[in-house]
Amino acid sequence: MVKITYTDSQGTSRTVEGDIGATVMETAIKNNIPEIEAECGGACSCATCHVYVDEEWREKVGGPNPMEEDMLDFGYDVRPNSRLSCQIKITQELDGLKVATPDRQA
Amino acid sequence: MSEPIKTDVVIIGAGPVGLFAVFELGLLDIKAHLVDILDKIGGQCAELYPEKPIYDIPGLPSVSAQGLVDNLMEQIKPFNPQFHLNEMVETIEKIGDPAFRVTTNAGTVFECKAVVIAAGGGSFQPKRPPIPGIEAYEAKSVHYAVRRMETFRGQRVLIVGGGDSALDWTLNLAPIASHLTLLHRRQEFRAAPDSVNKMMALVGEGKIDLVLGQVTSLEGADGQVSAAIVKRTDGSIFNIACDAILPFFGLTMKLGPVANWGIALEDDLIPVETASFETSVPGIFAIGDINTYPGKLKLILCGFHEGALMAQKAHRYVYPDKRLTFQYTTSSTSLQKKLGVN
Repeated sequence: MVKITYTDSQGTSRTVEGDIGATVMETAIKNNIPEIEAECGGACSCATCHVYVDEEWREKVGGPNPMEEDMLDFGYDVRPNSRLSCQIKITQELDGLKVATPDRQA
Repeated sequence: MSEPIKTDVVIIGAGPVGLFAVFELGLLDIKAHLVDILDKIGGQCAELYPEKPIYDIPGLPSVSAQGLVDNLMEQIKPFNPQFHLNEMVETIEKIGDPAFRVTTNAGTVFECKAVVIAAGGGSFQPKRPPIPGIEAYEAKSVHYAVRRMETFRGQRVLIVGGGDSALDWTLNLAPIASHLTLLHRRQEFRAAPDSVNKMMALVGEGKIDLVLGQVTSLEGADGQVSAAIVKRTDGSIFNIACDAILPFFGLTMKLGPVANWGIALEDDLIPVETASFETSVPGIFAIGDINTYPGKLKLILCGFHEGALMAQKAHRYVYPDKRLTFQYTTSSTSLQKKLGVN
């Protein structure tokens, strides 16, 4: 179990526990985190689980894979720290991870 | 309107569940036509995740989504299903007890005894980009498809996207538009390399503009756009003056015309009873992801089961005077004959 903090576009933060091996998207859906839709269910086929990775965590989380980068074309207000949360697998190293959600999904 | 195609059953949706329904119906001598809005067979499996392995198809420890579609196509081949791709069913009229007239947006008309809705998450339609207020311009100056290229003659056109649709229309409309800008989020394009090279050549010749950035909002009045406010990759903001915007942001699933077919719906799903997966309208069935009932799981394997039970009830409508005897493909010579293996 690791802790993950999601901050919504209004600035409200919610910290929840996530299982190692699960994705940041799955953990959000399981905990009813708002502003993450995950329309395609985690197939990297939509861009509705878009998050901004906190600057301090960017290096540990890493950048998007090429398929994910393609899908991010469909996102709203995509930034250098944008990721699709279904493509971030939780590891022990990510304990304390902070992400923020955009005010709209694709 | 064209001459109606007479068939036993029309299946709406050519995804895995619609395909397997052909098999279960076929074993009972019921012929089917399939209609799908996509240009290919396989539904979400083919459109969204063809290369992803699926691990929960009974008897197949791992199969790619496209592999599953290919296998299903081989399995239903003996029943010679007829496909109508790039078409969306618009209306279903009741013309008998039960009998239906089904019409597509391409003007194809079917007359059938039963309808099977296997439409998954609905019909794939162009995705609306997440630009605030874009709806207001959709009827007039924001277009998700090009019906007539001439519409854009002499206009300042802004095309948004980096896939094949965006690049194809950039190349096609460049000679027609008075000015054309292609806007994409980044330097890399998903489109075919050949199209990208041709587009870059046009940029090099000064015939079109390529801008890297994202639209943040639109300006205009009465449905007529006048400019797109664009945030460049470096964060700077600027305006692109334009008369028409063509955003190509891929496809999304919408319930579509299902809501107009006179069937009871519940949260955009079709409630069915679980002995035959019939909807509130006798003779219209719903199987796969689009239906709902207590305990429903959106799994391909559940859709297969639903198709098998649906076929039993559909048989009563197609052959009201015939008694149905239950048979196994392992032992029944008559089923084996239909499958072409005996």
